[in-house]
Amino acid sequence: MNGAIFNLALKSLGNRLFTVGLTVLAIAMSVTLFLAVDKIRTGARTSFSTTISGTDLIVGARSGSINLLLYSVFRIGDPTGAMSWESYERIAGAPGVEWAVPISLGDSHRGYRVVGTNNDYFERYRYGRDLPLAFRAGEAFGANEEGVVIGAQVASDLGYEIGTEISLSHGIGEVSFADHDEHPMLVTGILRPTGTPVDRSVHVTLEAIERIHDDVVEEDGHDEEHAYEPEQITAVFIGMEQPTLVLRLQRQVNTYPDEALSAIIPGVALMQLWEVVGAGEAAFGAISAFVILVGLISIATSLSASLNERRREMAILRAVGARPGHVFVLLVSEATAIAAAGAIAGIVLINLLFVLIAGGVQSRYGLTLASGGLSLTDMLTGVVVITSGAMMGILPARRALKNALADGLTVKL
Amino acid sequence: MTRAFAIEIDQLEFGWKPRQTLLRVERFELAAGERLFLVGPSGSGKSSLLSVIAGIAPASAGDICILDQDMGALSPARRDAFRADNLGVIFQLFNLVPYLTPLENVLLPCRFSPQRRKLAMANGSLGDEGRRLLMALGLDGDVVSRPSTELSVGQQQRVAAARALIGSPGLIIADEPTSALDADSRDNFIQLLQKECEAANSALLFVSHDQALGAFFDRRVDLSEINTAGRVSA
Repeated sequence: MNGAIFNLALKSLGNRLFTVGLTVLAIAMSVTLFLAVDKIRTGARTSFSTTISGTDLIVGARSGSINLLLYSVFRIGDPTGAMSWESYERIAGAPGVEWAVPISLGDSHRGYRVVGTNNDYFERYRYGRDLPLAFRAGEAFGANEEGVVIGAQVASDLGYEIGTEISLSHGIGEVSFADHDEHPMLVTGILRPTGTPVDRSVHVTLEAIERIHDDVVEEDGHDEEHAYEPEQITAVFIGMEQPTLVLRLQRQVNTYPDEALSAIIPGVALMQLWEVVGAGEAAFGAISAFVILVGLISIATSLSASLNERRREMAILRAVGARPGHVFVLLVSEATAIAAAGAIAGIVLINLLFVLIAGGVQSRYGLTLASGGLSLTDMLTGVVVITSGAMMGILPARRALKNALADGLTVKL
Repeated sequence: MTRAFAIEIDQLEFGWKPRQTLLRVERFELAAGERLFLVGPSGSGKSSLLSVIAGIAPASAGDICILDQDMGALSPARRDAFRADNLGVIFQLFNLVPYLTPLENVLLPCRFSPQRRKLAMANGSLGDEGRRLLMALGLDGDVVSRPSTELSVGQQQRVAAARALIGSPGLIIADEPTSALDADSRDNFIQLLQKECEAANSALLFVSHDQALGAFFDRRVDLSEINTAGRVSA
């Protein structure tokens, strides 16, 4: 019997396709918005938390830990300052330090951030679940001061290959007037895609960075036995022999008397970042949830608005044997069907949309949007929207019930 | 299925609100299979009487039996089920559910009454029986599948009659079904309706304010004569 009623509900909705379609659209849009906020949030969290692993401490000039994390790992924003090479050497030689990779930031190549570092970077940097960087072609700088290793995105966007000659510019920006063509650099290696900011980075030697900032190239540097020593760098990635030593070194760095430095534990800084971002996320989530609520209310609105012109229909149904309960079920079924159509349309829409834009977002912002079918959130949202939609039907259904009981067989039109 | 009365009313009183009596009928009978013309001008308590007979509203006092079933003994839900099984109703106007085709409208009672569904399927499929009734009432194949809203008033009334008749309910109530029809189609409609009621062995309670229609019926009753409510009682 209720199957028959549901069948009636669908036909009734089909008869009012325009208004019903608008309500379905409103719900679909609200569900799309809600899921978009959620998916971007989840995508951002996943991308951020898989960007760096295996690094126990990051040291840089004194600044807030979130700031240091953002510019050193995520290449977002500008370094607040530099740290001296002496400090780097002191920290690298501290007890318990297994490795220390210096990086030097602040320059760009055709809009891509330039990272000055040494060969160790490609050995030590880990992302995701302890994955090392891998070369798609070529290799690290080796002894080549003019060597350049580019991320996968840089290679595909700019069409660079092994052996391509490039020049570096000072500062960060798409266009620079200070290109140094007299010392062309040579692409020696191309990394495999990682889904991290490494894909959009141009890695050069520390010497090359020094040369951009200082036109005088120290010729004698080549003859010395040990590695080149720049005057200053931006930050150091540190790996410890034992995890238990991390906190002690962090304290030592933070209280280092000769220079104002900050040491951060990436995971801890990330947590702080989430705390800051969390308030904004919650606000967005609340707003988009309210938008869904507005969409759901429009179900009750449109069904209630239709009730007066449907009094005759209800009287006919009563006359052919429909119980008041059937009238109630009819309206709740209609509300449920509208909500279900809206929820399903919204879920399909957001997933199609994300499949379409995922590639662009990945290459432009380095943000991996969760794709690959329905997420648990999609399904939960669908269930909640459909259930709430059914409840929204109770309001007009109660009115229809009241009308049906009052009108009996004789509604005057 | 040998019943004495389709409708049997004894000392009935009814009002929509407490202590309001719109209807007081001492005695009214409609024999099983009988076709009766009830003259009911507006204000005569016609709506009240039909609501009580249809089991939409309960009597305030007295007895009403429909097809030998005491309606007062049934719960509202049972009355709804009883109506679905045993009553066909034709309204004055706007008889059809707009989003259903004429044929679906005809078959509507079968959605609510398994009994009528079974009876309608006695000679074949539901659709066949619906089409047969529509045909018998003068609606041919093409009209059946058109949107109900495109039908003329006369066609709508015929669809409504077919819907009332499907599954051979024991009692058909027709409430001013011809008031919107012109004279020719009115006469034709009444004759076809009577013929099909006879074929289905259904009693017919035909209500109208138009005295002239009484000529088509064996028996006629004036509601204003049997309803003593509102009269100054002695």
